[in-house]
Amino acid sequence: MEHIERTQIKVSPKNRLIGWGLVWLGVALCSLGYIVDAREAAFNNVLNFLFLAGIGIGALFFLALEYVTGAVWSVPIRRVNEFLAWLVPFAALLAIPILFNLDTVFAWAQKDIAASDALLRMKEPYLNRSFFILRFFGIFIVWIMFIRLLTRNSTRQDATGDQRLTKINTILSAIFMPVFALTLTIFAVDWGMSLDPHWYSTIYGIYFFSGTATASLAALTLVTAVLYERGFFPKLRRDHFYNLGALLFTFVNFWAYIAFSQFMLVWYANLPEETSWFIARWHGGWEYISIVLILVQFAVPYFVLLPQEAKMNIRTLRRMAVWLLFAHALDLYWLIMPAFSATPPLGWMEISFPILIAGVVLIVLGWQVQNLSLVPVGDPKLKRGLEFRL
Amino acid sequence: MNMAQKENLYAITGLFDSPDAVLHAAEETEKAGYTKFDVHTPYPVHGMDRAMKLKTSKIGLFAFAFGLLGAVCAVLFISWVTIKDYPLVIGGKPFWSWPAFVPVSFEVTVLATSVLSTLAMIVLYFKFPNNAHPLHDTPYMKSISSNRFGIAVQADDPKFDEKEVTGFFKSLGSKEIAPVYFVPADQDMRPALFDPKFLGLLLVIGLTASAATYFTLNKILYLPPFDWMMVQPKLKAQQPSSFFHDGIGMRPPVEGTVARGYMPYPYKGKPEEAGKYLINPLFPTKEVLDRGQQKFLTYCSPCHGNFGRGDSRLQGQFPNPPTLLSDKVRSWPDGSIYHVITEGQNAMPSYASQVSREDRWAIIQYIRALQRAQHAHESDFK
Repeated sequence: MEHIERTQIKVSPKNRLIGWGLVWLGVALCSLGYIVDAREAAFNNVLNFLFLAGIGIGALFFLALEYVTGAVWSVPIRRVNEFLAWLVPFAALLAIPILFNLDTVFAWAQKDIAASDALLRMKEPYLNRSFFILRFFGIFIVWIMFIRLLTRNSTRQDATGDQRLTKINTILSAIFMPVFALTLTIFAVDWGMSLDPHWYSTIYGIYFFSGTATASLAALTLVTAVLYERGFFPKLRRDHFYNLGALLFTFVNFWAYIAFSQFMLVWYANLPEETSWFIARWHGGWEYISIVLILVQFAVPYFVLLPQEAKMNIRTLRRMAVWLLFAHALDLYWLIMPAFSATPPLGWMEISFPILIAGVVLIVLGWQVQNLSLVPVGDPKLKRGLEFRL
Repeated sequence: MNMAQKENLYAITGLFDSPDAVLHAAEETEKAGYTKFDVHTPYPVHGMDRAMKLKTSKIGLFAFAFGLLGAVCAVLFISWVTIKDYPLVIGGKPFWSWPAFVPVSFEVTVLATSVLSTLAMIVLYFKFPNNAHPLHDTPYMKSISSNRFGIAVQADDPKFDEKEVTGFFKSLGSKEIAPVYFVPADQDMRPALFDPKFLGLLLVIGLTASAATYFTLNKILYLPPFDWMMVQPKLKAQQPSSFFHDGIGMRPPVEGTVARGYMPYPYKGKPEEAGKYLINPLFPTKEVLDRGQQKFLTYCSPCHGNFGRGDSRLQGQFPNPPTLLSDKVRSWPDGSIYHVITEGQNAMPSYASQVSREDRWAIIQYIRALQRAQHAHESDFK
C-alpha cells in the first residue's frame, strides 16, 4: 500500500482574525438584540441554534452512515464530516440564552397561559420547563458522547492504522442510528413543533431531518469543494463529487417529498386543529415565503442538479451548496418565525445571529484542520476510496 | 457456423475473467483506434464509459422527455376525469384539487419514464420489429450472462482485420476468442409479432376481456345507483303529476290564502273607496322623492313620459295615455292614483307585482312634485 501523507492546513493569522472578528461582532449584536427586543432575539436565537445543531448532528449522521453501510467513496472526505460534527457542542452553548428566556419563546412555559389552557394542562407532564431542560441536556450529552467516541477512534487510527478501530466505529454507528432517529425527533418536537403547542404533526421529526440532512450535506459539499479548489484534496476525482451531487439531489427530493406529504395529509383531512399551522403560513405575507421556499428549497436545485454534468461540476456544486444552506435557513425561518409574528420579520437581528454562526464555524473548522489530518491516513478503506470510480 | 461466409462475419469477441481485465482491455482497444466495439458485462462496471471514451449518454434526455410526457398526461387525465367526466364532491373540495393529483401524477411519471425508456431501448437496440441480434444466443453471450466479461470488435470497423484483432485480444490476455457470424435465417426472419394468427389471437383476447368486463360490471354485478337522496317521491317545481285532475304538479294556494305578514289589498274593484280611505303614509322628503323619481323613470315614464305629460317614448306602438298634469288628476286624492297603479285602468295593466307598496306611494309623491312644477304657487318663487 502506497503511503498517503497527512495533510494539515496552516490557518493564516488573517483568517483567524476574521473568524474571531465575526464571533465578537455576532456576540455584540446578539447581546444588543437581547437588550433591545428579547422576544425577537430569542426567536432568532432558536432559529440559528437549530441551524447550527442540525448541520452538526447531520454530519454525525452521515459519518455513522458511512460506517454502517461500509461506504468506500466517502472515506477520503470523512474528516470534513468529523470536523462539522464538532459544531454540536457549540450549538449547545448557543442554546443557553434561550434556556433563560423559555417563557418569551414558548407559550407553554408561561405560567398563566399553561394554567388557563385545557390542552396545555394535559400536555404539562411533557411540556414543562424542568423536563424540557432535562431533555435538552440529555440529548446533547448523548450526541457529544457519540461524536467524541467516533472522532477519537478515527484520529487514533491515523497514528496506529489499527483496523479494529473501524470495526468498533461500525458497531458504535449501528447503535447510534436508532438513537439518532429518536433523539432528533424529540429535539425537533421540543424546539420546533412546541412553538405552537396546540398543533401537532406526526411527520414533523422527519421533516426536520430532511431539512437538516440536506443542509449538512450542503455544508460537507461546500467545505470539500472549497478545500479541493485550494488544492488540499489533490487525489479526489470527479466521481467523488458526483456522489456528493447525487446525494444532494436525493435529499432535495426527499425534503420535497416529506414537505408535500405533511401538507397533503393536513389539506385532505381539513381538520381545524391541523390546518391552523398552514393557515398561519398562508397569510400576512407568509404566503410569499411559502412559495419562495418551494422554489428555493426544491424547484431550482432540482433542475440545476438534474443533469449528470451538473453533479460533476465542482463550481456548480459549490454554488448549489451555498444556495441550499440558505434554503435551509429559509426553511427554519418559515418553520419558526410565524410563531413570533403574523408578518415575516426582517431586521438587523435576522442578520446578527448568522454572523455569530459564521464566526463559530470558521473558528471550529480552522482549529480542527490545523490540528488534525485532513485525510484519515490510517483508514484501511482509504486507498480504495481514493481509487473510487463511477 | 461452418457454413458462414466471410462477409457474414459480425464481430470478433474476446472473453476475460475479471472486471479489471475487461476495463483494461476496453481502454487498450480504444487506444488502438477501434471505434466500433462494445463491452458486455453481467453487471455495470464502474468507469467503463470513460474507459471506452463514450460520449454522455442520451438516455437522460429520453427519460426526461418520457417523464414529462407522463406527468402532463396524468395531470390532464385526472383533471378531465374530476372536472368533466365524473365530477364528485369529495370533502367539500373544489373539483380541480391539485394536491390530490400530485401522488398519482408522480407515480405515472415514474411509470412512464421506466416503461417508455425500456421500450425505447428495445426499439433502438434491436431495431424493432426485429428482435434478433447477432450476439444473441451465442456461447459468448451465454458466458457473459453467467460470470465472464467480454469485448467485441465489429467487422464493419474501418480498422478491422480478423487476424489482427484476434492477436490483439490474445496480447490483452483473453483466453477465449471467437468470431460471431450473422445467421442469414435470422436476418430475414419475419418477426412473429406481425403474424396474422398472433394478431388475430390478440384481437380475440382483447374483445373477450372487454366483453367479459362489460358484462361483469354492468349486468352481473350491476347495482342500482345510490341516489336515495337525489331521487325522492316528491314533486318539484314545474313537474307534471297524474295525481291531480288537471295534471299540474304545482298547486296554487287555496282561495283566500293570505301570506304571512302581508295584508291583501282591501279595495279591489272599489276605486271610490280607495280614494276615500287610503292615505299616503310618506312625506315628500328628499329620499322619498329620489326613490319616487327612480321608480317613476323605470316603470311609468315609458308611457307617461319623463315629466308625466303623456308623451310616450313608444312611438305609437302603444296608445298614448293622457297627461298626469291635468286638473282631473291633480284633484284626485292619493288613494285614487294608488288604486290605478295597483289595479290598472283602461289599457294600463296592474303594476302591483313590479312596484312595491311603499314605492307606489313614493311615485305618487313624485307625481305630485311634477304637477306642482307646472302649477307653481306664487310663494314657490321666493
